[in-house]
Amino acid sequence: MLEAFLALFADNDIFNPPTLLHYWDGLVTTVQLVFLALLIGLIIALPLGIMRASDNPWISRPIWLYTYAFRGTPLLVQLYLIYYGTAQISGIQESFLWEILADAFYPCLIAFVLNTAAYTTEIIRGAIKATPRGEIEAAKAYGMSWFLRLRRIVLPSAMRRGLPAYSNEVIFMLHASSIASVVTIVDLTGAARDIYARYYAPFDAFIFVACIYLCLTFVLIFTFRKLENKLMAHLRPLS
Amino acid sequence: MKKLTMTLACVLAFSSASLFAKDWEMVRIAVDVPYEPFEYKAPDGSLTGFEIDLGNAVCADIGVKCEWTIQAWDGIIPGLLARKYDAIMSSMSITEERAKKVLFSEGYYNTPSGWFGKKGAGIDVSDKASLKGKKVGVQRGTLQDNYVSDNLGDVVEIKRYTTADDQVLDLKGGRLDLVFVDFPVGEQTILKDENYEAVGDLVKLGDGVGVAFRKRDKDLAEKFNASLKKLKENGTYKKIMDKYFKYDIMI
Repeated sequence: MLEAFLALFADNDIFNPPTLLHYWDGLVTTVQLVFLALLIGLIIALPLGIMRASDNPWISRPIWLYTYAFRGTPLLVQLYLIYYGTAQISGIQESFLWEILADAFYPCLIAFVLNTAAYTTEIIRGAIKATPRGEIEAAKAYGMSWFLRLRRIVLPSAMRRGLPAYSNEVIFMLHASSIASVVTIVDLTGAARDIYARYYAPFDAFIFVACIYLCLTFVLIFTFRKLENKLMAHLRPLS
Repeated sequence: MKKLTMTLACVLAFSSASLFAKDWEMVRIAVDVPYEPFEYKAPDGSLTGFEIDLGNAVCADIGVKCEWTIQAWDGIIPGLLARKYDAIMSSMSITEERAKKVLFSEGYYNTPSGWFGKKGAGIDVSDKASLKGKKVGVQRGTLQDNYVSDNLGDVVEIKRYTTADDQVLDLKGGRLDLVFVDFPVGEQTILKDENYEAVGDLVKLGDGVGVAFRKRDKDLAEKFNASLKKLKENGTYKKIMDKYFKYDIMI
């Protein structure tokens, strides 16, 4: 089995050390981009989600507008707007902002963060809204303040409820990151496109990269499964 | 008896075809218009352009009559194989994939590739060390991409684009220091903005553009090759070239 695989590996034109290195660089970029986008997105989404769940329309409406705008437009369009749009603003190229925006990585990261934060906000809001009224009433009866209630009762159970939906968002973000290649970032898909264009071998170049995405997705699914088993143990039936 | 007649018929058919092929009185040539300045229609409706003039000169030289056929690019090779015309002179670059289907003459022109950058940036493209860390835009998978990757891949940062428009946008947006494209493309897009200029020498890449024939018409291809060589040597080619171009495209 292994020998057959090695033989296949030896007599092909595409998978030589330079192209494998190119794929590796792409993998590193994809992982960096997705990890940073999810981390920053989650940090932003937590307060936004709490505000979005507020009963005060002056607090929840502006957040609704933000999530509506970013969930209602394609990520590709958002990326184009942030990447090409910012370059057109007059005077921006002389400002300190250009240090960040000149490279393709940061505009792309900004687009991904804003997009995933919008989806995550709605996931958190839904999970908070689903908190049983009885739990909140009991907490109020104990004399807990709003913040204490949030910290001890609402958020811990909302986090658990939101986890399955959030694991989907993480996987979607990984897949959506493939559009980074349209703004010259060499992520996994970008590497595959470069190698396809160089060797005119679309099938080999893309099937390889598809397998890497599958492996990454598997790791994510496995991690979330473990996490859910641990955090939601109290919801599992006794067997 | 039936078999014998069939064989005879086949032999006759083939020999008459080959007899016919030897004797070219008229060559029908396909072009896809407009593709300025190689082929386009003059205000009076007549076909004109570099390839039209060159094709007519070749025909006059080998003593045949040229007839030009306008054919859309998508069907230009199938039309040749279906004998709707005998040759294609429509800026068709010689590539391995096309050479499997058609017979190419020697290349008769090759537009150079050029470096473009902001005016007054003072970048010297011939000095490899000074290019260190510069951001260079190319179109993915083109000859220019291969050239920059192979020669400068270790010093410059290469940004690959799907279309030429995107890379021009990023040059003007200030994300690229240099762009390396087909010179006529750069001339049409980048040099229209007077803040940008061509930098350094032009570079010729690839095998250029050739006349395409059916594989069986080797005799016609040989005639064209001999004639093109003669026109290049006696200055007719240069005269036609100077009429349309400010730079050298002869190969």
